Amino acid sequence: MSKSGIETRFYLEHPGFTLDVDLSIPAQGVTALFGPSGSGKSTILRCMAGLEKAQGKFMFNGDVWQDDNTFTPPHQRPIAYVFQESALFPHMSVMANLNYAFKRRKQSNTDFPLDKTIALLGIEHLLDRKPAKLSGGEKQRVAIARSLAVNPKLLLMDEPLAALDVARKREFLPFLEKLHDTLKMPVIYVSHSPTEVARLADHIVLLKEGQVEASGALNHTLSRLDLSSQLDEQASVIIEARIEQLQSEWHLAEAEFDGGKMWVRDMNFVIGSQVRLQVLARDVSLTLSPDEDSSIANTIEAIIEEVGAGDHPAILLVRLKVGANYLLCRLTSRSFHHLGVSVGDDVWAQIKSAAIIE
Amino acid sequence: MFSDANLTAILLTAKLASIVTILLLLISTPIAWWLARTHCRAKVAIEALVAMPIVLPPSVIGFYLLVAMGPEGPVGQLTQALGLGTLPFTFSGLVIASIFYSLPFVVQPIQLAFENISEHYLEAAATLGASPLDRFLTIALPLALPGFLTGGILGFAHTVGEFGVVLMIGGNIPDVTRVVSVQIYDYVEALEYDQAWELSAIMIAFSFVTLLLLYLFNPNKRKLA
Repeated sequence: MSKSGIETRFYLEHPGFTLDVDLSIPAQGVTALFGPSGSGKSTILRCMAGLEKAQGKFMFNGDVWQDDNTFTPPHQRPIAYVFQESALFPHMSVMANLNYAFKRRKQSNTDFPLDKTIALLGIEHLLDRKPAKLSGGEKQRVAIARSLAVNPKLLLMDEPLAALDVARKREFLPFLEKLHDTLKMPVIYVSHSPTEVARLADHIVLLKEGQVEASGALNHTLSRLDLSSQLDEQASVIIEARIEQLQSEWHLAEAEFDGGKMWVRDMNFVIGSQVRLQVLARDVSLTLSPDEDSSIANTIEAIIEEVGAGDHPAILLVRLKVGANYLLCRLTSRSFHHLGVSVGDDVWAQIKSAAIIE
Repeated sequence: MFSDANLTAILLTAKLASIVTILLLLISTPIAWWLARTHCRAKVAIEALVAMPIVLPPSVIGFYLLVAMGPEGPVGQLTQALGLGTLPFTFSGLVIASIFYSLPFVVQPIQLAFENISEHYLEAAATLGASPLDRFLTIALPLALPGFLTGGILGFAHTVGEFGVVLMIGGNIPDVTRVVSVQIYDYVEALEYDQAWELSAIMIAFSFVTLLLLYLFNPNKRKLA
């Protein structure tokens, strides 16, 4: 058995709900537990923290936190937990909340000295305030700073954006992305929002009714047809790319990835920076030759890897392999048959647009 | 301004109520915490038991305590075996009886305050590395502080105001068990209305100030009183 990684097996019965999961998650990067409400994602997180006791086992990098004979109580686990509702202590100032965590930190080496954490989350101006005087977004920033101040080995986040409105979410996501780039510790992130998952996750666990439907690297898992067909119009893939050149005249940037390149909107990129592209299946179409006259600027050579049913009898989902990446294409069965192609054939994928999500 | 007898009774009452309040806060805290957090089935029965003094006539409590603490009662036998003599008609006996009588008035506000603390705060503290005792001291106690103030004030005021239990257990011994309420009763029996007026007026003023304080601390919890 490998020493590195997170191994879990949880079994729990509540009235009307059974959780039965067996998971291996890499002990690095952000893993999203994704699924509709009632799928058991928050319960898994609570079991990992020891806040809820399921039968089974939980191992973190070779340390047993739970098995048939052991159960480490939450305060002895080297974790931090960010709740949906920030759960800041109302009788303490922001600074006192941070100090409460820092005094009880779980590793003596301080990867997160308080001043660095405060600066990272931009909460310098809030330190003297009581939680009741903070906005929702500010509360969650303080809650995340507090969770980092305990210097955990594993960070658990339970829909930290759920309590925020759309505008606050937009304002808040950059902070999480900055964390994603800064943190060395693994993060397990519960969410039911495809946008958040696409922006933040490296690894995804899809949950349904207390069971694991799929678990794997984000781009590979999202391109699986059996899962994507459930997402209807929202079926998409994520591609990690690098900005290679800029065309300032047209405000465009060229993003290169394993298997091709495409032009995207220039969001004041610097050449060489890493970006995440989200390509919706409905924005991809297929042709047999690179069409020079089309208004669609991005045409990429691809291989048809799999064809599956879409969310409607008229619709097919096609999985395309592009270098080490995948694309999904959503089209009508009629169009597909007119092309006369099948699995294994080379085609050209035309991409109408790609969203830049990082 | 007071006669010596009145002053003695007032000081004795204050001493009794202070000691009883301090002991009650200590005793009530674990009971209230347990009642607020337990899912045990016996909870309702314990709650009913704690609340009994609210509905029982004080003379009933006084009677049972008198029998239990008397020379033939189980408590009396124990205290005699320990060389402490018997408790009725002593100040200690009065303290014990008052604790029983005022218990619900202290337990209930503290229990309510504990129940109002969101489980989230305690769970958050646990994930931040706080042990159960640490969580209790740093999160639960400070957040329940208004409940402790209410409980303390109610316990003190209720002990000052008791009469039936005192008469049954304490009798009427100057400087030992003769508290203000008993003193007033004596004056009326002896037709010394002037003295009764004076002490009664003091009690009225005391009660008003106490309730005023209570409502100032706890504007939203008036129904407790």
